[in-house]
Amino acid sequence: MSGETSETLEKPRLVIHGRKVVGGVAEGEALVTKETISGWGGVNAMTGTVIESRHELKGVSFAGKILIFPGAKGSSGWSGLFHMTRLRGTAPLAMVFNIMTTKAALGAVVMRIPTVTECDADPLEVIETGDWVRVNGDAGTIEVWDSKPGG
Amino acid sequence: MVALTSAEQAMLQGDDGKAVQKAMELLVRYADALGAERFVETNNVAGVPGSSPPWVKDYYAADGGDYRAVFCRFDLDADEVFDVPRMNAFSCHLQGGMDPQLWREQGMDDAAHDNFVSDEGEVAGHGIQILKTCTPYLAGNVPVMGEHCAWMESSAVVFANSVIGARTNCEGRESTSAAMLAKRIPDWGFHRDEYRKGHHAVEVQVPVDSIYEWGMLGYYVGDAVEDTIPVITGEISDPSLIRHKHFGAAAASSGGVEMYHMVGITPEAPSVEAAFGGAPRGERFVYDQAARARIYETLNSVGSCEDVDYVMLGCPHYSIEQIAQAAAMIDGRKVHENSALWIFTSRAVKATADANGYTDILRKAGAMLMTDTCSAISQAIPKGTQVAALDSAKQVHYLPAMMGIEGWYGTTQECIDAACTGKWKGRLQ
Repeated sequence: MSGETSETLEKPRLVIHGRKVVGGVAEGEALVTKETISGWGGVNAMTGTVIESRHELKGVSFAGKILIFPGAKGSSGWSGLFHMTRLRGTAPLAMVFNIMTTKAALGAVVMRIPTVTECDADPLEVIETGDWVRVNGDAGTIEVWDSKPGG
Repeated sequence: MVALTSAEQAMLQGDDGKAVQKAMELLVRYADALGAERFVETNNVAGVPGSSPPWVKDYYAADGGDYRAVFCRFDLDADEVFDVPRMNAFSCHLQGGMDPQLWREQGMDDAAHDNFVSDEGEVAGHGIQILKTCTPYLAGNVPVMGEHCAWMESSAVVFANSVIGARTNCEGRESTSAAMLAKRIPDWGFHRDEYRKGHHAVEVQVPVDSIYEWGMLGYYVGDAVEDTIPVITGEISDPSLIRHKHFGAAAASSGGVEMYHMVGITPEAPSVEAAFGGAPRGERFVYDQAARARIYETLNSVGSCEDVDYVMLGCPHYSIEQIAQAAAMIDGRKVHENSALWIFTSRAVKATADANGYTDILRKAGAMLMTDTCSAISQAIPKGTQVAALDSAKQVHYLPAMMGIEGWYGTTQECIDAACTGKWKGRLQ
């Protein structure tokens, strides 16, 4: 019985399937926003913090998080800005987004982080900030736990 | 996987040299991320190739810490450094980091200026035109209808797609730098007919007939439709280049609008039916007096102190028509001792302003006509600025958030009055 409990603990609450944008595997804590994100002018690359006035994540950093968001908006400096977060070590660990744009695609490519889109369940609805998430870009899967398995 | 022609396959194999090969490698990764099936050829590329602040060069110190290192490692995202030849496509450099003459007034130091001069020499040396503006269509690069471009700069992209009927996505630094070498860009998005049709309807029920009103409507539209294509009908009138310029910049900032249709005004919208192209119609938004008042409040939500110490005009870069208007408004007046007025444009347009005497009029009034950049791009504002006044919905969206200052949005006249009195008296007109 004890083995079964342990196995239940390790099993993800949810597995979502989508399309690979960028391959690789990463896991960490989810940061979820229902608002699109501006890169240049909306994020401070030095800290990975959202700075846009009136954004629900204003003052929050995505550094080291799994960033789950509707998509990119704003300046064409999106990829360049997010590219700089990679240089500064403030990039997200992985990304999941709904709306494909050139900004988000190129940003994911140059950050070289696992990224998935076109999911079979809306990640903004079924994943909450603080959930533990593993993004497998190659397989296009997103596994979700309430907290870090075994943690 | 993106399909490659034999020429593209050859580039990827290195037949055209290492730099082109690395550019193709990045473009293939990008096309696959998008889900593009092929490339289109482009011979009109606008970006910010290789220019970088000193900290980015320092990051690549082990690779030489120079333009070449930044271009290879950052722009092409390559893992090695190699010689970068002259660009193959007709290529332009968009806005840059400082005014080539008034950089001291902008608060730049000698080291930053030396870096700027060095980068510009490299850009010119690689055959890239030094337009140094967010409005290339006012400085020598006007695409034509149907032309496949690879442009950065959201306000220029939305202008090219919507007003001209050229075809470009909102490209990034890395994709444009790669396209300058490979003359290719993924055949995705606005390059394709089916992608250029409207999604949502916006009905304008209040008169929108001035640049100020066009700007507010643009900000409303971006907020409403986000990154989709609006089809705008109703009481919008008197189109002109500067009105489209302000409208598109605002819509691209508050949302992610990269193309809009104005029925009877823009080239791909001769009728509502043509603009939607049979695609399913989404929501219907109404821009009425209440919506207009709400947008005005939103644009002015980061302003509370009425002591204005900085007025910035020229976002997107002012046209010669706007500089002439500003000069006429300030002729014979003086910028207040507690305030400053900086107006931004391109070098090409400034040459005309010089010839017409506008630059002198502005200088005599205590204002400065600057080129290449803007306060948001350069993060340069007069020392001690706490409250800015702006006639651009885009700039008021960005500048206060970036610089931690307050900002007001109003008409050009209200902004110039604020510069001359030091007081904000703007009200919803």
